[in-house]
Amino acid sequence: MTQLALVIDLNVCVGCSACVTSCKEWNTSSEGGKGMVDKNPYGKDPTGTFFNRVQTFEVGEYPNVETVHFPKSCLHCEDPPCVPVCPTGASYKRKEDGIVLVDYDKCIGCKYCSWACPYGAREIDEQQKVMKKCTLCVDRIYDTTLREDRRKPACVLACPTSARLFGDVHDPASEVSIAINERGGYQLMPEWGTRPANHYLPRHKVKSQVTEESLNRIDNPLKKEEQRAPASNDLPSLDDFLF
Amino acid sequence: MHPAFSVIFLTTLIGAGQGLFLALYTGQVYNTFGVVGEPVPVDMYITGTVIVTLLMGLGLFASFFHLGRPERAWRSATKWRTSWLAREVIVLPAFAGAAVIWGALQYFGLDPVLVTTDALQIKLSLVIGFGAGVLALLLYICTGMIYAAIKFIQEWASPLTIINYILLGLASGFSLAVALAAYYGSPLVDAYALWALVFTLIGFLTRMLALRRNGRIKRKSTACTAIGVRHPKITQISQGAMGGSFNTREFFHHKTPQFLHTIKVFFLIMAFVVPFTLLVIGWSNHLFVLLVAAALVQYVGLLAERWFFFAQANHPQNLYYQAT
Ligand code: SF4
Ligand code: SF4
Repeated sequence: MTQLALVIDLNVCVGCSACVTSCKEWNTSSEGGKGMVDKNPYGKDPTGTFFNRVQTFEVGEYPNVETVHFPKSCLHCEDPPCVPVCPTGASYKRKEDGIVLVDYDKCIGCKYCSWACPYGAREIDEQQKVMKKCTLCVDRIYDTTLREDRRKPACVLACPTSARLFGDVHDPASEVSIAINERGGYQLMPEWGTRPANHYLPRHKVKSQVTEESLNRIDNPLKKEEQRAPASNDLPSLDDFLF
Repeated sequence: MHPAFSVIFLTTLIGAGQGLFLALYTGQVYNTFGVVGEPVPVDMYITGTVIVTLLMGLGLFASFFHLGRPERAWRSATKWRTSWLAREVIVLPAFAGAAVIWGALQYFGLDPVLVTTDALQIKLSLVIGFGAGVLALLLYICTGMIYAAIKFIQEWASPLTIINYILLGLASGFSLAVALAAYYGSPLVDAYALWALVFTLIGFLTRMLALRRNGRIKRKSTACTAIGVRHPKITQISQGAMGGSFNTREFFHHKTPQFLHTIKVFFLIMAFVVPFTLLVIGWSNHLFVLLVAAALVQYVGLLAERWFFFAQANHPQNLYYQAT
């Protein structure tokens, strides 16, 4: 069984929000997207629907502080609590690739699914009055008119630091599975048993150990030269042999 | 959570409607089995059914304001296998329909006797009423489970949620029935008043239990599990939106803790203490006005109770919106 998902590398995300804007752009102008409404976009309190948002957290206290940029969209849970609660069946999880989707023609906008998502990944569209969320660009990734390497979610293509990987987390040989395995990929709020398909790669600091010995070797051959016997004018030098 | 008035009115109105019907049916059972000897004026049952239908209709009407696409509401019964909301959508009209039939049988006098024994006559309406009564109880369970089934809203995920929906609905329904019976001079006043007091009292105790439980909740999700960074101090400095978003509107009440506290005290007084006192005084002194006042005050109290029920619930998604 396939389970498509994103793997987000917090180690390299710089919080530029390129994924946010590319997501908004694709899902507003693409044929299948039907738009994500904005209210007051240039006014005092701009607000609108987004599938993906980048939030910023500060971990620790000055001076030992670290900034974590944290992109979050629907995690396409393998056991999605948002699906069974939907009274209309508008929310569903696709068997073939594990993407959780909302059928905008069936949704009645009761918002119950948004209550049932612990991650706050669903947002109502104030204009169409239906529930919206990340679709993993389901209208891009299977589009055979696109070049094969472009058949990826818009956010993945937009990320300038390649912090977003996309693939099948059930295929142990996929790029995403390898990244999860080798770099400690983890899930959000594991305590609720939702088994999110999206994973996050933790930050890790690259530290090189530089010891005193490696700078100043005890038996440094360079330093040995200094122990040479002092040169004397009475002895023949190298020049004496050359004439 | 943001307390939406559509849902507050829906749950309180239908709760009272179900309670009132159960009271009316209790009256019928008492009559049939001779617990209350004198016959009850049939008018009371008919007016009662009209009020029940009205309450259910108003509740349903209020619920439509909660939907983004009310014209598609018919779809919402599809997933009754998994969704408590779909179950409620089915049971609500089923109950209201059964209650209407029950009232209509009496109104048109089409109430054939099904079984006769020495002392009793089991009429058709008694059987239909039983079905409607079961549906009324089921509806309480559906309504309660809509909230109790969301396991990560820890304030709601408790059997107390369902118990309170049942007891508070019964209390408000029986309080209404007391006023109704008093208006018709029915001998059922005493039985109704007794039940109304019992339900109000037990409802008070279980609601207090729920408040106590919710005051001591140990959160399973923390900022650490939300973003997966292990550190005792995690501060949010941006939340991906400047002017707020659906997430900041739907899941927060945006009121001060003092306001919440005031509402809590207000509903404890208005939904339990005042109606209990009014009922006792009105009942013992045969003061119809006080009995009506008790029912109305209790309803207002329950509106506040429901507001608080929503406002107090803390959704784990709020961990991602700590800067609001
Ligand atoms: S992240 Fe939320 S909306 Fe997405 S599948 Fe999981 S529970 Fe559903
Ligand atoms: S808002 Fe739409 S998708 Fe969500 S539970 Fe209601 S009908 Fe289903």
